[in-house]
Amino acid sequence: MSISLSIIYLIATIAFILGLKKLGHPATAKNGNLIAASGMAIAIAATIFIHDLQIPISIYILIGLALLTGSAIGGWMAVKVKMTKMPELVSLFNGFGGASAALIGLVEFSKNVGDKMQATTIVSGIIIGAITFSGSLIAWGKLNGSIKSVVTIPRYNTINNIFILAIIAFAVFTVSNGASDQAIIFGLLGAGLVYGILFVLPIGGADMPVVISLLNSLTGIAAAITGILYSNMVMLVGGILVGSAGIILTIAMCKGMNRTLGAVIFGAFGGTDSTAGTDKRLGSIKKTNPSDAAIMMNYANSVIIVPGYGLAVAQAQHVIHELEELLTEKGVDVKYAIHPVAGRMPGHMNVLLAESNVDYSLLVEMEDINSHFKNTDVVLVVGANDVVNPAAHNDPSSPIYGMPILDAENAKHIIVNKRTMNAGYAGIENELFYNSKTVMLFGDAKDALTSLVSELKNM
Amino acid sequence: MNGLMQFISDNLQIIYILILAVFVGVEVIKNIPAVLHTPLMSGANALSGVVVIGAILVMLQSDPDDYFALTLGFIGVVLGIINVVGGFAVTGRMLQMFKKKN
Repeated sequence: MSISLSIIYLIATIAFILGLKKLGHPATAKNGNLIAASGMAIAIAATIFIHDLQIPISIYILIGLALLTGSAIGGWMAVKVKMTKMPELVSLFNGFGGASAALIGLVEFSKNVGDKMQATTIVSGIIIGAITFSGSLIAWGKLNGSIKSVVTIPRYNTINNIFILAIIAFAVFTVSNGASDQAIIFGLLGAGLVYGILFVLPIGGADMPVVISLLNSLTGIAAAITGILYSNMVMLVGGILVGSAGIILTIAMCKGMNRTLGAVIFGAFGGTDSTAGTDKRLGSIKKTNPSDAAIMMNYANSVIIVPGYGLAVAQAQHVIHELEELLTEKGVDVKYAIHPVAGRMPGHMNVLLAESNVDYSLLVEMEDINSHFKNTDVVLVVGANDVVNPAAHNDPSSPIYGMPILDAENAKHIIVNKRTMNAGYAGIENELFYNSKTVMLFGDAKDALTSLVSELKNM
Repeated sequence: MNGLMQFISDNLQIIYILILAVFVGVEVIKNIPAVLHTPLMSGANALSGVVVIGAILVMLQSDPDDYFALTLGFIGVVLGIINVVGGFAVTGRMLQMFKKKN
């Protein structure tokens, strides 16, 4: 490798680290993204142009064509996507990265017969790449609703675990015997693809963010493995950075939901086994109307808004911002309480509210706002459910028992906007709705908030 | 055992970099506010598209008449660069929206 290429790779690697670091602070995040992207651009350009191979022009044209096509598709998807669909998009992009790693392995396998070190990296690159590809596609399908079923056959996880162990055993066998048959490598690719599907399919709705983050981390590892194959430092370090960052994020998310990583992967949660406790009588609910709800908020000193994914589904982010501004004008102290897993991935709600120009300093994280609920006059819960469910504190039989929640129940009054009485994403009853301090404002979030705003304007 | 020792001594440099990179990754990401989790995840996702370099190398190193390698390499480059460009673009789009008003 020429020294100039090495130096450019070094600069790109530093750009990755610096970019990632800057991405972690609101004020510098935009620069961080640009720095990382520039690092990537110079690394790619240098790879194409700095080498001592004699490359026919036709191959350059092909590479250029591939880069243009992919950039156009990726750029177009990035511009078109709705912010509510962000988790799906991240998942899809991630799957493409995994697929790329697997394809590289397929080509390199035949060229590296006999070298065990290379064969190890190639085979593991193919398997991990294949798992992330099919797993990400399933996660994408589950998030956008095209794959609905939560498969739970008996001993599912046992079967799954035996399957992955069999794949690993077969891979080790292949490598140690120096097998050179292309059929074997396609077999491993197929097995990886099937495992990716089986791995994600039983994991239910509420745990999907964890899965995306985990798959993201795996793609990083696949990239790093490919880096080892080519002794390419920028791929190695870039991949490992993503891999370890992904693990940290995954753990942070698990903490947000009080779940262990093992329980997410090995215990199908969300959807089927979570009806525990629903048969007990929870009392009756109280309905309200926009006019009464508006009066409550108008005469409150402090209001905390708890937004959930239902808000985004109803496209009500802009109306809620209008409501917040209106109340602030009237001298009410308004804040948003953001649960770490509000939305469909961590931090998703912040993005959704930022899109409608909400000042991010009004978005208060769970730990900081929980102690304020008891001094708050009105909590307005919009499209959120599980993140304010007191069962997390006091019902050991509940599947969400132990999950940190927003203590909305401590406020003096609670207004809950929901479309119907249907259970939330995790499929659990919520006793907050039956609390004597709670009133229910039924209706589509956008319609309900719009009426609230017009009622407030008339006061 | 000898094989393992040989492996370690052959790849000592890579092993060093691997371990240090894990620590850098953990230290860089630790304590990031939840506000930024989604952009961070999407930015990290874009970075994992670095695998596109491998796909480019596949294409550069293949014979002009090796259609198997060229086809897979081509698809690999397309998919990898979608991950890179799409990932950075959408991260930028999200961050664009984070504003602090006065």
